[in-house]
Amino acid sequence: MSFLPYAVSAWLFLVGLAGVVRSRNLIHLVICLTVIQASTYVLLLAVGYKTGATAPVYADITPGRSVTDPVVATLTLTDVVVEATVVALLLALVVRAHRRFGTLDPDELHEMRG
Amino acid sequence: MSRTLRTAVFAVGGVGFAVLLLWGFGGLPDFGDFTGHYGLYLAHHAVPQRVATEAVGVTTFDYRGIDTLGEEFILFAAAVGVLALLRLQRGEEGASAEPARESPSTGHSETLRRTASALAAPCLVLGLYVVAHGHLTPGGGFQGGVVLMSALLLVFLAGARFRRRTKPLEAMELGEASGAAGFALIGLGGILFADAYLENFLPFGDFGQLVSGGVIPLDNLAVGVEVMGATLVVLGEFLDQRFLSGGDA
Amino acid sequence: MELAPLAVAVPLLAAGGLTAAGARLNRDAAQAIALPAALVVCAICVALLVRTADGLEIYWFGGWEPSHGMAIGVSFAIDTFGAGLATLVSLLVVTGLVLMWRYRETDPPHFQVLMLLFCAGMVGFCLSGDLFNMFVFFELMSIAAFALAGFKVEESEAIEGSLNFAVTNTIGSFLILTGIGLLYGRTGVLNLAQIGDSLSHGGTDGLVIAAFTLLASGFLVKAAVVPFHFWLADAYAVAPTPVCLVFAGAMSELGIYAVGRIWFDAFAPALGGHADELRTVLILAGAFTAVVGAVMCFCQDHLRRLLAFATIAYVGVFLIGLGLLSAEGVGGAALYIVADGLGKASLFATVGILQHRRRGLSELRLAGKGRGIPYTGIVVVVGALSFAALPPFGTFCGKALLEDGLIKDGYGWAIAVLLVTSAVTSGAVLRFAARVFLGWGADDPRQPSSADETHSEEEGDPDRTPAVMFIPAAMLAAGSLALGLIPGMVEAIERGAQRFAAGTDYAQAVLHGTSVSSLPGVEPYTAPLHAYLYAALTLALAVVLAIAGLFGHRLRGAPARWLARLGDRLLTPLHAVHSGHIGDYVAWLVLGVAAFGGAFAIGFQ
Repeated sequence: MSFLPYAVSAWLFLVGLAGVVRSRNLIHLVICLTVIQASTYVLLLAVGYKTGATAPVYADITPGRSVTDPVVATLTLTDVVVEATVVALLLALVVRAHRRFGTLDPDELHEMRG
Repeated sequence: MSRTLRTAVFAVGGVGFAVLLLWGFGGLPDFGDFTGHYGLYLAHHAVPQRVATEAVGVTTFDYRGIDTLGEEFILFAAAVGVLALLRLQRGEEGASAEPARESPSTGHSETLRRTASALAAPCLVLGLYVVAHGHLTPGGGFQGGVVLMSALLLVFLAGARFRRRTKPLEAMELGEASGAAGFALIGLGGILFADAYLENFLPFGDFGQLVSGGVIPLDNLAVGVEVMGATLVVLGEFLDQRFLSGGDA
Repeated sequence: MELAPLAVAVPLLAAGGLTAAGARLNRDAAQAIALPAALVVCAICVALLVRTADGLEIYWFGGWEPSHGMAIGVSFAIDTFGAGLATLVSLLVVTGLVLMWRYRETDPPHFQVLMLLFCAGMVGFCLSGDLFNMFVFFELMSIAAFALAGFKVEESEAIEGSLNFAVTNTIGSFLILTGIGLLYGRTGVLNLAQIGDSLSHGGTDGLVIAAFTLLASGFLVKAAVVPFHFWLADAYAVAPTPVCLVFAGAMSELGIYAVGRIWFDAFAPALGGHADELRTVLILAGAFTAVVGAVMCFCQDHLRRLLAFATIAYVGVFLIGLGLLSAEGVGGAALYIVADGLGKASLFATVGILQHRRRGLSELRLAGKGRGIPYTGIVVVVGALSFAALPPFGTFCGKALLEDGLIKDGYGWAIAVLLVTSAVTSGAVLRFAARVFLGWGADDPRQPSSADETHSEEEGDPDRTPAVMFIPAAMLAAGSLALGLIPGMVEAIERGAQRFAAGTDYAQAVLHGTSVSSLPGVEPYTAPLHAYLYAALTLALAVVLAIAGLFGHRLRGAPARWLARLGDRLLTPLHAVHSGHIGDYVAWLVLGVAAFGGAFAIGFQ
């Protein structure tokens, strides 16, 4: 049971990659990338969790209480912002691709051969 | 490569990759057994050192402030990138001068308009609350900025006419730029008034008060403005594209 | 003086300021803000380079010094190589911005803003001493790069190239992030020196090996090592010239630098006992990359793709150098990176000139059309000689040092790879120079590629080469040449390499503030005779290959036909694999990670 979050993270990574490889639609491809992002969030947060601990917000708890790791929360926050922005940029490219090529199928984009 | 060949290559690679990941993850401490010294040190020292109750916020804006500066500018870069990639090309300008854009994009749904107008103001207040209390309770500039963006989006949904004026977009660009530059400038304040870049140089105030934590509330504000501006710029550009493609409301 | 944070703060503030001023600025005003900002960054990096000649420069952000040997804040830990690479980066950004002066796009200053952000990301990455901080700057650099690569949105190839670039590199950053998660889970810290310290007390189990595989693979995706390299040719083919300059000269090399950084500072304390196995894996990977890159380079008709594959080939060479894990290997690679970076940038600039003057990018279609622009042709030939690593170019010194290192560690066979790579890439450039500027081989019956540039990037008269295009091209080429002439350069690089490779010393200095111990001195360097021989051999081979490329189609008879069929049989699958399809690229990427993982698993146990 204690390995489950890590297994979930690995599964998400693989499923996302499989989606990207076999994708027939660019928007679907970008969403598969968000699935891989989710895998990194799960990994980071799982690493920082402590059983029986509460959130590291001291507004209403005594100073000695055990808390979970604030650093992974910061890392995940940074990660979320970074990955969301990458998705935005990718989707902008996808929109452009659709306007230019009229299709969203990666199989139909073949300007870059050789 | 054919689809089958591609899948075959991935299958082989995927199995190896899965084994690698699971092997690596197997070495991690059990879930729930976190013992990292750095994290625990920061959790215990955030409050006494910075007179702020939210350890994550203190870590984000103080201990690891330079990471947040970078992250903020990544958001900024993405917004500018979307602007650059979706800019009007010659030949598209004709399509863009359209009356289709004059009509309210939400059609005539009264329910939507009333709900959105009713919710916009509370949403704005909530956003400002989350930004302002970032050093006391969970939240902060990033989260609050997104809520603020939602508030403005609700205004749009409430039926305000969305014309392709450049002014709102410019205001948002100014907003995101000042937010981003603001954070960097506050960092410079660290050099001028203290010893190092991004050092906390304002008085820390009293525990639990709105004005405490030194520079952290200002950082939260800068980030909140920037996130609101950047996300609205991105959304605005995507909505423009919809009009240019001739989609109907 | 607080120089280190300013190297990052200045371009960021300038970018913010430029955007805030917004559409009110015309292009000249935007340049007037962006160019000085980039120059300031360059000056700061040079100052840091001078300061780190004798030791490390450590800067703690937010005033958070380490307490009891534990790092609390984020640090910039700058050594000679970090500062040197940052200087190269900022110099190329300045050059790119100069080239921007006549760029067609005006409008809100998005290009300048993105270039400044790109600069900040790369400089921050080179200077950082904290693993997650490196990741943040890496992402900043990547996002700006994706937008810059796709900047010419009016061209369909730009969209596709940028998409391939963005998806592949994003997956690379996911790999890095997973590696960081693993390391944090084990050590609980993020500072590189501290990670190294912490790992040295633990064992070498699956986690450490997997973390190294993931981190190294992620950085090697950026470096474009085979099989992670497919995106590079696509992106370089479509990015605007000022951007290509910076990409080719510095961006891919950052990946190699990063692998060296994490090895020496974080992993060597734990895995150092297996350095020999790592050496083998890296040298083999580098050799394979170099050969694939060189062969693909020679077969290209699209000039930009030709140079892009040459970049990939040299990345293979740099990986061989890094893979030696010795002062000569790493130092040779470093010198080679700088000199070759300048040479490649100058070649991209000359292709930009050709594009402006003759509106074309296909070698076959441009045959003979370069006759009116001889000076550009001279710069191209200088670039080719830089590739051939002739004395006294900086590349010659770097290559000689590398060869010494290879012989010393028993990898002499890799010298053949170096020779072949330089000869083939140099031959390709000589061939294109002769065909375009002299008109030789204009009767080649092959079909030109679809590479065609119907509109120029720059304003102005296609009958004149603007000075802002020619002068940077010429100066970069001259820089590559001059680097080899600076006295004491090789010794300085070797000292820097020793410093780069000294792990525990670094940790002590960073965490406890002790000064670094002085390292054994380096003797004055003279290139051995065999280095000159190899250089001569390379040049001869390059000329032969160029002539074969130009006139080979005129050969008749059975042997010629047999050779042609053999070439076809070998090259067609290679070309087919470079299909342009994003799904293919990702499939190979995953296979590559698995392969590296397997190699490291076997090697490190």
